[in-house]
Amino acid sequence: MPPRKDRRIVRPDQEKMKRTLLVLATLAVYLLHQDVWLWRSARPLVFGFVPIALFYHACYCVLAALLMWLLVAHAWPAHLEREAELRHEDRRP
Amino acid sequence: MIPTLIVFAYLGVVLYIGVFAFRRAHGKEEVEDYFLAGRSLGPFVFLMSLFGTNMTAFAILGSSGHAFANGIVTFGLMASPSALVIPLSLFLIGTRVWALGKRYGFVTPVQLFRDRWETSHVGTVIFAVQAALLLPYIIIGMMGGGTTLAAVSAGRVPYWVGSAVVGLVVMSYVFMGGMRGTAWVNTFQTTLFLAFGTISFLVIGWGMGGLGAAAEAILASPQSHLLTYERTSPLLFLSYTFIPLSSIAFPHITIFCLTARRMSQFKRTVVLYPLCIAALWLPCVLLGVMANRATDAPKVLAKLEARQALAADASTLSSAQRSDLRAKASGDDVLLLLLERYAPLWLAGLLSAGIMAAVMATDSQILALSTMFTEDVFAHYEGHARFGEAAQVHTGRAFVIGVTIVAYVIALRLPESIFTVAVQYAFTGFAALSPLLVAALFWRGSTKWGALASTLWVAIGVLGIAAFNTIVPAPPPGQATAVWSVAGEHVLVRTAGGLSVLGLLPVVPMVLISALLMLVVSALTPRPSAETIARYFPRGGRGAGEAPLGSVQAVWPFLVGMSVFPGSPAPHKEVLRARFISFLEESWPNRPKRRCIR
Repeated sequence: MPPRKDRRIVRPDQEKMKRTLLVLATLAVYLLHQDVWLWRSARPLVFGFVPIALFYHACYCVLAALLMWLLVAHAWPAHLEREAELRHEDRRP
Repeated sequence: MIPTLIVFAYLGVVLYIGVFAFRRAHGKEEVEDYFLAGRSLGPFVFLMSLFGTNMTAFAILGSSGHAFANGIVTFGLMASPSALVIPLSLFLIGTRVWALGKRYGFVTPVQLFRDRWETSHVGTVIFAVQAALLLPYIIIGMMGGGTTLAAVSAGRVPYWVGSAVVGLVVMSYVFMGGMRGTAWVNTFQTTLFLAFGTISFLVIGWGMGGLGAAAEAILASPQSHLLTYERTSPLLFLSYTFIPLSSIAFPHITIFCLTARRMSQFKRTVVLYPLCIAALWLPCVLLGVMANRATDAPKVLAKLEARQALAADASTLSSAQRSDLRAKASGDDVLLLLLERYAPLWLAGLLSAGIMAAVMATDSQILALSTMFTEDVFAHYEGHARFGEAAQVHTGRAFVIGVTIVAYVIALRLPESIFTVAVQYAFTGFAALSPLLVAALFWRGSTKWGALASTLWVAIGVLGIAAFNTIVPAPPPGQATAVWSVAGEHVLVRTAGGLSVLGLLPVVPMVLISALLMLVVSALTPRPSAETIARYFPRGGRGAGEAPLGSVQAVWPFLVGMSVFPGSPAPHKEVLRARFISFLEESWPNRPKRRCIR
């Protein structure tokens, strides 16, 4: 099957900027894990029973899912799959 | 009695799935089919079984038990860092492992290391260390099985029988179904425990008169710290983010990455993984904390009394008395006790079966060990060539039996809690092995000697931790014993959870020193041939894919710093300088030349 043509052309500097932003976003999410500002707070109890610090970390999981969605959408290493399929016949024992 | 029967019926269903998978394979004795399900798993099975493989007794019983004693901090320590680091490592490393496995036919991570670094015996050393570290993880599955069956049957099925039954069932379906059976069982189990986890949460919450009332009661009591992080130091909290690095280095997870039919199946898995973690851990942690108000459940009350006695009279108690009280206060079965107290019998049985589902995720680890033994030892040392493919599969099955028996015997004798065994040994060891995978996939300059240095360090480090935890008796929860201090700073401290180094979990120095050894020793030893490097880095300086920004580069200034240190010998400086320049040229080919250090 012939390779599909990309609909839009991405300039190298745009690509570099996108990758830098994704790395920064990943670092930011990592740092957000350390929620020192909620260290001694139990209140408010969200929904009447979830302490605020626990609710924060539940939201953190949703944030991590959003970050992964961004990475998959904008930094998916599609070339790996193409190369693996192409060289499948070169298998070593 | 009814819950016990339901759990046994569930074990029967699981066994049948394994047998069905065996039939589906039409008696094939092919290595890829038995060990990797023919690299043919679809997207749903891939997500569910990968998640189920990662979520073991540790996630259900260990998390609720830890939350029972330590509060909501359990979620921040283990669940939320896993929600970021595990999918990220699957995205960065798992996809590359899949591509290399597809391209070169690898079945185990050691095969990848052997090929990448052109080595045979270093691979065998890595196999031995990985196998030894995987054993504690299999053991906690057995411990979870014994604990669950004993609690569900109200002690009618003793711990040793429960562990044996779980061991037998897991061994049987792994023996027959291989990876296909394991993946199907894991998918079934993950669906079950995700669904029943939510139901358990609702039923127990309702039975306790509402979780809001329980939360308010805890806040009004001296145990209000259970709803904050105030008893955990921010440094210790930070060090827990190193623990999920172990996930991708676990051989059963690396091997699982090879089973996907297409690489695109990783997409849905990495996006949904954090949400699955929240869905599983939130109810377990909340119920574990709220169990502190379940004083109308006699067995929970006995645990609370044992904990109080331990905290009040710690200095006057003998070591044996403290061990006894610690065992009584252990919260590994607290979730099951809540079910027994608040759910109707038939529902308690179904929910316990759901818990049993998570506990039995030990199957993948047993299969991984068997795969590694047959591929990395039996086949590598000519067993496949001499005796054929069928003999290799039979050897794998015999190994499954052997590993299960060893794990069972150790599980009967181990005094520590599930959480401690997992965090102190299995997670720490594999997290410290993660630099091997990163270096193999992303750094052209890595060598087998660097890998050997890291691996030996991991083996020595984990043995050291085990020796420390054995020699220095555990203090009561919340207290610490300083063993070695320098200038008033506590370096080595024994806590109830095990060794602490400078206030950090031992996993932090273990990972950092392992990475440093990989870098320094690789920089000083010869690389693999240019042909091998070209196969792994077809795009010039970039890795099996592209190098993650700044991963290896960040450490080079340290080496250059070493080279200008007045005491270092001149030839040494030249070697480091030359290596640094060639590293820059290879990994950053389009850099502005004027910035090159010459």
